[in-house]
Amino acid sequence: MSEDLISRVTAVIAKAQKIPLETVTIDKSFEELNIDSLDGINILFALEGEFDLDIPDDAARGIRTVREMVEGIEKLLAAKSPQ
Amino acid sequence: MTHRVAVTGIGAISAFGQTYPDLWAGLAAGKSAIRPLTLVAPGVLRFPNAAEVPDYDPLRYFDEKEAQMLDRFAQFAAVAAREAVKASGIEFSPELGEQTAIVLGCSAGGKATEDDAFHHLYALQEPRVSPLTIPRAMSNAGASRVSLEYGITGPVFTVSTACSSANHAIGQAFRMVRSGEVEVALAGGSEAPLSLGFLKAWEAMRVVAPDTCRPFSLDRRGLILGEGAAVLMLEPFDRARSRGATILGEIAGFGMSSDAHHITQPSALGAARAMRAALLDAKLADAHLAPEAIGYVNAHGTGTLSNDATETEAIKSVFGAHSKNLLVSSTKSMHGHALGAAGALEAVATLGALRCGLIPPTANFTAPDPACDLDVVPNTPRQAQIEFAISNSFAFGGLNAVLVFRKAA
Repeated sequence: MSEDLISRVTAVIAKAQKIPLETVTIDKSFEELNIDSLDGINILFALEGEFDLDIPDDAARGIRTVREMVEGIEKLLAAKSPQ
Repeated sequence: MTHRVAVTGIGAISAFGQTYPDLWAGLAAGKSAIRPLTLVAPGVLRFPNAAEVPDYDPLRYFDEKEAQMLDRFAQFAAVAAREAVKASGIEFSPELGEQTAIVLGCSAGGKATEDDAFHHLYALQEPRVSPLTIPRAMSNAGASRVSLEYGITGPVFTVSTACSSANHAIGQAFRMVRSGEVEVALAGGSEAPLSLGFLKAWEAMRVVAPDTCRPFSLDRRGLILGEGAAVLMLEPFDRARSRGATILGEIAGFGMSSDAHHITQPSALGAARAMRAALLDAKLADAHLAPEAIGYVNAHGTGTLSNDATETEAIKSVFGAHSKNLLVSSTKSMHGHALGAAGALEAVATLGALRCGLIPPTANFTAPDPACDLDVVPNTPRQAQIEFAISNSFAFGGLNAVLVFRKAA
């Protein structure tokens, strides 16, 4: 998990959620950040734009923390880029 | 004085076909009408399936000029209303027209019309959009069309409360007939939401299933969007009887509530309050009606993880121990989720269940979910003689509307 990836994901979350960037740290849960289900899909939409990704519903389901979100994006980026 | 309210005509256009008998025959057979979407090119959406009206040709119902003036959803409203009026045997004189209400639910309005108009503006860089865009797309276009066709000049309006629209509409019409404010009413809902722009917005909500709609099933993955319309003719029971009309069932009560909880997440408390309000409303007319009299619940049952578990909790809180005896099915598994028409199609399902003693099942069911531990009539229609049923509609925005139906005496 690169620092660059973490900072890009947390920046997207902070912007979508309209909260200060410094509050979005890797160990925060969505609940702690007041991210509900509708906020969650709004963040997924923003992340798809940021990383030019298609995040399938099944991959998105069950993500509850910033860390899980970063790991999920990392996995999708790895699957996308040719090895 | 208040009246008992009879249903004396039904019209419907749905994924099962272009008539009420098509819809009821499909539901009674327990076969799902969910199929690959054809109105949108394949491969551009995460979900390939919908409950689309098959083989629809506007020119079967309208001349070219009329068809040009009407979005698909407004055409569906007129098609269903014509069938309901014809079946009822009612002919509209100017005097009766003045004493008639039309209340139709519609959530989205003419999205295909708007999509097309704005494509010309944004993509084709044309400087103008068609002047028919507004009259075609407005949500009341269906109700207004029916009013024009029959010269109905009484209270005519559209109710737009997302997925509860048609139940709210039928409820308003029911109360106007019950109170004597109008002599008869046409009530129901219509929707034609299968247009790319609007479907993309649903895709982004991540609530549409990539396969099919499996309400209450452990492996449910979301709703399946549908389209269509259904319209009921409502009139006082005594009026219907004295003119020798066929009474297809009664509406016995209506209740509403708002969750005031969240814009999209459902609330069991709000849903339960609407069911209780509907039962109380029915009890005012029939003091003997206890919750135990209800035998069937046509569930909102969208097939999303959240709705079905929450609705189960709400039903159990309202009916207590009796919830074990209830038959609960979601016919959205067959006719899809037609948004502003959903409650109207489900009213047809509920009336049919009471009239024919046959409960349409929850189709596409694979495995029970402990969070949905009700008798959901999985996959196979069930014979059951039932006198009272309720039909639930719970909308995004937290707006709930529940109708109580009674078998024709």
